[in-house]
Amino acid sequence: MRYLLRRLGFYLVAAWVALTLNFFLPRLMPGDPATAIFARLRGRVSPEAMQALREAFGLTGEPLWRQYFTYLGSVLHGDFGMSVAYFPAPVTQVIATGFVWTIFLAGTSVVISFVLGTLLGVVSAWRRRGWIDTWLPSTLAFLGAFPYFWLAMVFLYVLGFTLGWFPLGHAYGDDLSPAWNGTFIADVARHAILPVTTVVLATLGGWLLSMRNTMIAVLGSDYVHLARARGIHPRRVMLRYAARNALLPNVTGFGMALGFVLGGSLLTEIVFSYPGQGYLLVQAVRSQDYPLMQGIFLVITLAVLAANWLVDIVYLWLDPRIRDASS
Amino acid sequence: MKRPAFDSHSGTGAWIHAIRRDRKASAGAIIIAFFVLLALIGPLFVGDSTAPVGIPLQPPSAAHWLGTTGQGQDVLAQLVVGTRTSLAIGFAVGLVVVLVGAMVGVTAGYFGGRIDGLLSLLFNVFLVIPGLPLAIVIAAYLPSGPLTLGLVLVVTGWAWNARVLRAQTLSQRKRDFVAAAVVAGESSARIVTREILPTMTSLLVAQVIGATVYAIGAQVGLEFLGLGDVSAVTWGTNLYWAQNDSALLTGAWWTFTPTGLCVALVGFGLVLLNSGFDEITNPRLQLERAWRGYLEKEGGEPSSSTPVVMRRE
Repeated sequence: MRYLLRRLGFYLVAAWVALTLNFFLPRLMPGDPATAIFARLRGRVSPEAMQALREAFGLTGEPLWRQYFTYLGSVLHGDFGMSVAYFPAPVTQVIATGFVWTIFLAGTSVVISFVLGTLLGVVSAWRRRGWIDTWLPSTLAFLGAFPYFWLAMVFLYVLGFTLGWFPLGHAYGDDLSPAWNGTFIADVARHAILPVTTVVLATLGGWLLSMRNTMIAVLGSDYVHLARARGIHPRRVMLRYAARNALLPNVTGFGMALGFVLGGSLLTEIVFSYPGQGYLLVQAVRSQDYPLMQGIFLVITLAVLAANWLVDIVYLWLDPRIRDASS
Repeated sequence: MKRPAFDSHSGTGAWIHAIRRDRKASAGAIIIAFFVLLALIGPLFVGDSTAPVGIPLQPPSAAHWLGTTGQGQDVLAQLVVGTRTSLAIGFAVGLVVVLVGAMVGVTAGYFGGRIDGLLSLLFNVFLVIPGLPLAIVIAAYLPSGPLTLGLVLVVTGWAWNARVLRAQTLSQRKRDFVAAAVVAGESSARIVTREILPTMTSLLVAQVIGATVYAIGAQVGLEFLGLGDVSAVTWGTNLYWAQNDSALLTGAWWTFTPTGLCVALVGFGLVLLNSGFDEITNPRLQLERAWRGYLEKEGGEPSSSTPVVMRRE
């Protein structure tokens, strides 16, 4: 329990660093984003509304530290300011529309990739120099070497555009409206196959290789030799003795991978025009919608921190050493 | 019984020898050497890559081997010129990333205590903050150019290496040979550079290679999103323009396929090369390999666990 609380403290520090970065980045960079924001809005809103906006963004003439605390206060109240591109919608409202899709897309891909990659890594190390070990790591390393989005483009071009097997983009068909029924869910699944497949293919190799390498090291240790010598069933040695211990680095990597995929999925979302966070983020950058951009960065970061804490709980369950050390 | 002949090579010779002996590593070395050569002398042969030379979006022909872009530029020329910038940024960033990571990680792992606590907090925070969104936010505020790109990639990439090297240093720190060195009165700097770092050579090389692969990939990704200098000719901006000129929807596969293949080939070559380095710097693998070679020469069957020679006669 103490361990989990300590980790929670760490994530709070990380969240604070992200908030602070978010506050100071625009103020330290050359050029004035405030001018850019208000130049875009000029003529669309009245001077009074403009002044209200300035205050909402914390871009007032006040000293920096006052601005900083105003900013922290409004973020803690869930107020991320107004979007410039979608004016006058608040940033939180714009983000909410994309968030569910990103969590769905990234979550599905990471879980599939992690489970499949780790299992293949175990088998690959167990049957060293077997056909899986010879061909799969190299093939996946080769696929993983392609730029993420490029692979997605090729898949979209060949399977979606030329062969017409999969839809060309979006999360669901234009003729459907979101509802909890079979038709809609099936349509969402059909639209997700291509994006998820590309993410899994691009990330599978990493899980496989790291699992394989740790597994090889673990298989060389004395307790595994002993277990084998005692005549314990090979599959039990493989999974319960070796794989369980070799899994730890991969579990640590899981939290980070979630961050990587949550962030990296924005490339996939661009290629597949998937209406998630990443798509919004790039649109925000292109239209110089700084409040939205920063809001998305913050939300992605907080989501990743939360996910990492969940991974810590799993880690605690897997590794008795940490449990003992903390009690 | 004859002892197997172990290599008498040392230093650079040993590395080259190990690469030549390993089929995967030689393939990797050849690929990387080809691209480095292409980056160095290629641009001298292709002329101005930004000049319009023909009708836009022409498929590959004798005049333009890889066709033309949406602006009527030669795809091959852009590819070759882009190789230079992309590789230069990739290798430089890869090196700096590991350098920063090693300094922070080894310091934290070796000294422990409060220093470790503070540095660990720093890299752990950078590790959990998702890299690509952070990179995009920073890049959106800075003037676009190779320097910005390099800075962004280092800021978002160094933490992982620091973490791995700290863990490795920590485990070495507890070993007897380090304790012996401390008792013998060696200075901290000497223990770190002469006792601990040599045990991590294979890890460091693997990290530089990994960081280079990361740097090239992330750089191409950021440029693809339009966050680089879009007027420069690099692999990433080539893809950015291909996407902007709707290459996918007009069926102009030649505008984006070659660049992607090159990025992948360089990454793949680096990964292959890595396996060769592992063979030489990991004594266990080296011993295993030496035995296998000896046994095969003697006509024996290599056994996986014990080095027992079984003659076939």
